[in-house]
Amino acid sequence: MSGDLGLWAVPVAMLGGAIRVSTPFLFVSLGECLTERSGRINLGLEGTLTFGAMAGYALAFESGSAWVGVGAAAAAGAGFGAFHGWICRFKGVNDIAMGIALMLLGIGLAFFFGKPYIQPVAPDLPSIPFGFWSDVPQVQAALQVNVLFLVGVALAFGMAWMLRNTALGLRIRVVGDSTEAARAIGIAPDRVQLWATAAGGALAGVAGAYLSLYYPGSWNEGLSSGQGLMAVALVIFARWNPVLCLFAALLFGAAGALGPALQTVGFTSGYYLFFAAPYVLTLALLIFTSTPGNALDSAPGELSITK
Amino acid sequence: MSFRLDRRSLLASTAAMGATALLPGRALAADPLTVGFIYVGPKDDFGYNQAHAEGAAAVKAMAGVKVIEEENVPETVDVQSTMESMIQFDGATLLFPTSFGYFDPHILEVAPKYPDIRFQHAAGLWSADKHPMNVGSYFGYIGMGQFLNGITAGHATTSKKIGFVAAKPIPQVLLNINSFLLGARQVDPEITCQVIFTGEWSLAVKEAEATNALADQGCDVITCHVDGPKVVMETAAGRGAFVCGYHANQSPLAPEKYLTGAEWNWADVYTGMVQTVLDGGTIDNFVRGGLADGFVKMSPLGPAVSDAARAQFEATRAEIMKGGYSVIKGPLKDNAGNVIAAEGQAFAEDDIALESMDYLVEGVIGSTS
Repeated sequence: MSGDLGLWAVPVAMLGGAIRVSTPFLFVSLGECLTERSGRINLGLEGTLTFGAMAGYALAFESGSAWVGVGAAAAAGAGFGAFHGWICRFKGVNDIAMGIALMLLGIGLAFFFGKPYIQPVAPDLPSIPFGFWSDVPQVQAALQVNVLFLVGVALAFGMAWMLRNTALGLRIRVVGDSTEAARAIGIAPDRVQLWATAAGGALAGVAGAYLSLYYPGSWNEGLSSGQGLMAVALVIFARWNPVLCLFAALLFGAAGALGPALQTVGFTSGYYLFFAAPYVLTLALLIFTSTPGNALDSAPGELSITK
Repeated sequence: MSFRLDRRSLLASTAAMGATALLPGRALAADPLTVGFIYVGPKDDFGYNQAHAEGAAAVKAMAGVKVIEEENVPETVDVQSTMESMIQFDGATLLFPTSFGYFDPHILEVAPKYPDIRFQHAAGLWSADKHPMNVGSYFGYIGMGQFLNGITAGHATTSKKIGFVAAKPIPQVLLNINSFLLGARQVDPEITCQVIFTGEWSLAVKEAEATNALADQGCDVITCHVDGPKVVMETAAGRGAFVCGYHANQSPLAPEKYLTGAEWNWADVYTGMVQTVLDGGTIDNFVRGGLADGFVKMSPLGPAVSDAARAQFEATRAEIMKGGYSVIKGPLKDNAGNVIAAEGQAFAEDDIALESMDYLVEGVIGSTS
């Protein structure tokens, strides 16, 4: 536990923070990306994430296995997603309003069922020490990489490939861009959207399980500080591209580590400003990367915000 | 009497009308005293709210008392509705809205409307010339507990760096940070304490990040002042650092790494206050106490505490138990170089000046703004 890195502590902390903090953002934004590419918006992922965190923690505690918890969180998330997908297929249902209702429902149910699980200590998810080559403890700590993070990275590239190169991806994109065109070629848009929404929910559930089972690694009612909501915004920021979702999540995680890291190297005043860094950074990037006219160019055509 | 028409108060008045129709007069048996406890977070959070809820549980065991509780009440107009509904619907006459931010403007808004109801607030914000007399302030000198934490930390650290995860730079938090470092400096005056402010009372991911940042800097004993210390304790112990607890006993979370902890002992305080009311008396508006008065207690020392540390801990605790102990005493400067206390000057634990502390002492790395 010794070794003074001086100012190098900041980039090391940001690297560690990017890996530790980004995973929930990554999973939720990948889930939302998939859902939105099929032409549906699910704003309820914050609730799905909170419920997934609770369900994952509870089942991990009861079963003694963190992976059972992850499975339970994914199943619960898929349930929420499928419910959203099922309700939204009815005529006249607004998916934005429905999403907000589901968000509140998920949070409420999680608080209700989660009460007995605030105190117990559930098993944590394992991590892989990629920092073994370094004898600097800070680097070793930063490179403790959780398996779910690696799954998330693989998933980002896999999803991008799937959307671009496979028949399934084509179906999702057709449904997302024009339900009429989809019907014309014999695809049932409702069914595709239902599955895409359920899969998106499952990913958000896993994001919750990461929060409660790995980092910070315990369930309580203040666990999610809006990760589910921010991740939905990240999808727009990432232009509905799964690989860009990965970079957006990493950037957000790294910026979040900036505040605490800067306080330890002596930038002690104005820490409220550093805590706002992720949001400022997002705004700045949005401004720099957008040109008037093409802001929503890559948005799926059936999305209710673009219609 | 005016109240906002919301769901709870509507239910309350409907139920009250029904009750009046059924009951011809007051019940024949003596009415139990109804005491309401309001928490800002979950009451089993291993922290601030759990400490108060343990006090409430002790009150619940008393004869002739009915306890009602509501948790997760934000420091917004919500707490006003909760207080009004406890008073009107449940008939509470003694309220403990326990969170710091409930006071201004919420208690100050509701209290003047109900002069017969007693509001007890756990912080040093009440003053006789500004605030209603049916509001009382109580608090404990838990800084002394952090001073004792610091002594065990001073013996346990090998890097001479200890860390503190703090929520907000308010006087009570600053006193805890300063006391923790000054306790460690009783062992070795070279020790420094790195503080990180998270800006909120409960923010799990940021608390974990702050703890990791402290560990990255080489801090090998870490404590905190946030509402729920569970995340800090688990993260710090996971990084191999020793931990000192706060608010409640967190030793089950890190049995090998837990040195000791500064705990509230609200059970004695609350049962005492409720007994005063049951006996027909009035609770003092300004109640304070420390280790000697049973307001604060220390967790049992953990297995990593050395014999030398144990001896110094016990000796210092015995000194504090005599009352009037001074942690802040001269010569002492703050970490910007200003003189806090000249040679020979001392602030005893009950000195009211400590309740407006706005500095970090020399050796604390951090800033209050």
